[in-house]
Amino acid sequence: MAINTEKNVYTVLFAAVMVAVVGTILAFAASGLKPLIKENERFEKQQNILYAMGVNENSDEGSVSFIPTSEVESTFSEYITRQIVVRDGEITEDPEAYLIDMKKQLNLAKDGETPSLPVMIGEKDGKTYYVIPMYGKGLWDAIWGHMAIDENMVVQGVYFDHKGETPGLGANIKARYFMDDFSGESLLNNGRYAGISVAKGNNDPLNQDKDDNQVDALAGATITGNGITAMISETLYLYKDYLESIRTQ
Amino acid sequence: MALLSKKDANLILDPLADNNPITIQVLGICSALAITAELKASVVMALSVIFVLGLGNVVISLMRNIIPSKIRIIVQLIVIATLVIIVDQVLKAFAYELSKTLAVFVGLIITNCIIMGRFEAFALGNGPWRSFLDGIGNALGYGVILIIVGFFRELLGSGTLFGYPVLGDPIAKTGLYATGYENNGFMIIPPAALIVVGVIIWVQRSRNRALIEEN
Repeated sequence: MAINTEKNVYTVLFAAVMVAVVGTILAFAASGLKPLIKENERFEKQQNILYAMGVNENSDEGSVSFIPTSEVESTFSEYITRQIVVRDGEITEDPEAYLIDMKKQLNLAKDGETPSLPVMIGEKDGKTYYVIPMYGKGLWDAIWGHMAIDENMVVQGVYFDHKGETPGLGANIKARYFMDDFSGESLLNNGRYAGISVAKGNNDPLNQDKDDNQVDALAGATITGNGITAMISETLYLYKDYLESIRTQ
Repeated sequence: MALLSKKDANLILDPLADNNPITIQVLGICSALAITAELKASVVMALSVIFVLGLGNVVISLMRNIIPSKIRIIVQLIVIATLVIIVDQVLKAFAYELSKTLAVFVGLIITNCIIMGRFEAFALGNGPWRSFLDGIGNALGYGVILIIVGFFRELLGSGTLFGYPVLGDPIAKTGLYATGYENNGFMIIPPAALIVVGVIIWVQRSRNRALIEEN
């Protein structure tokens, strides 16, 4: 073949064609797969919310296992009895509150505007769970999660996830041994909101003290742990009036 | 008749030992340090790189006669990024759970120097079949080191393998921990990987003196 690949014209043409071809392929792939991806993300959110409530298929092996995707929709409507949006103290029902993007709401709050705060209220074995979505940042990228609490401001369960924390270190925020520590931990300290911090020096690796507002940190993941602490306090701060209204003690 | 000629077989076998991308060429060190705290992450990364490097080498090799040399690096980068993004999107649509596991590796694969290195050094000058073998071979060589490092770091740092406790429970003091053994917290931070890689290089060069450079 007698193409002179050193010519500038050829180089520019090649670049242009390559960009067009690659762009088209990616655009087709992205828009073609979008509905499927959206559906998967919706199921994942439902699974996460149910997981925080303790509706999951965990066994004793220490690994996380969700309600299967095929059943999650019906299980979700079975356990989640009400979904509300709290906006400036006013409560409105919204059957799709769980799809609200917490990142946007936190940014609104940061800019001094009124955020719409979703709460998923679920019922399991006669007990009411208030599931609150959270969003924050870890070491490399976003972290998020859901926290289920009861009227006594005691955490019933959490589910955390992350976009790009280091595997083996910060990524372990979604490991059972880390998340399980939050269950039973009180958000209150002498009747005041204290949140829960991920603490390196709490000297309680088995997490037996449930009233110290601390869980044991992950070794080698200080910044991700601090991100969890900040995420919990920043998110719950927005919900403080609502939490006060459901609190019974 | 052998499945591969001797020359072709060497493309796969060389990078596994005497021309290993990590221990001899010292490429791909960044990801070898970053994700080897757990054996599982090492295995996932190794498989991903085998896939991307095998396929990427073939694509670059097919395009080798039409790529303008002035912009070849960026063309290579686009090929890698496109492959990785397409795989990521397809997995998100059809195997969501798996894609969640792989999400953190996407960035590490795109910037992996071994991939660029093999495109540049091999695929640009060789045919698709040989490039494919070279890609698979180098990715395997990379993967082997990753798995060895991951094995030692997880075992000594957390006392587990693939997440299963093999040395007993460090908090309840059972198994080996009953004798006073402790996990070495240093092993789970990245500098420990550098030491493990260093030890592998040391062992390898003491066994094969031809690898030691003369100064």
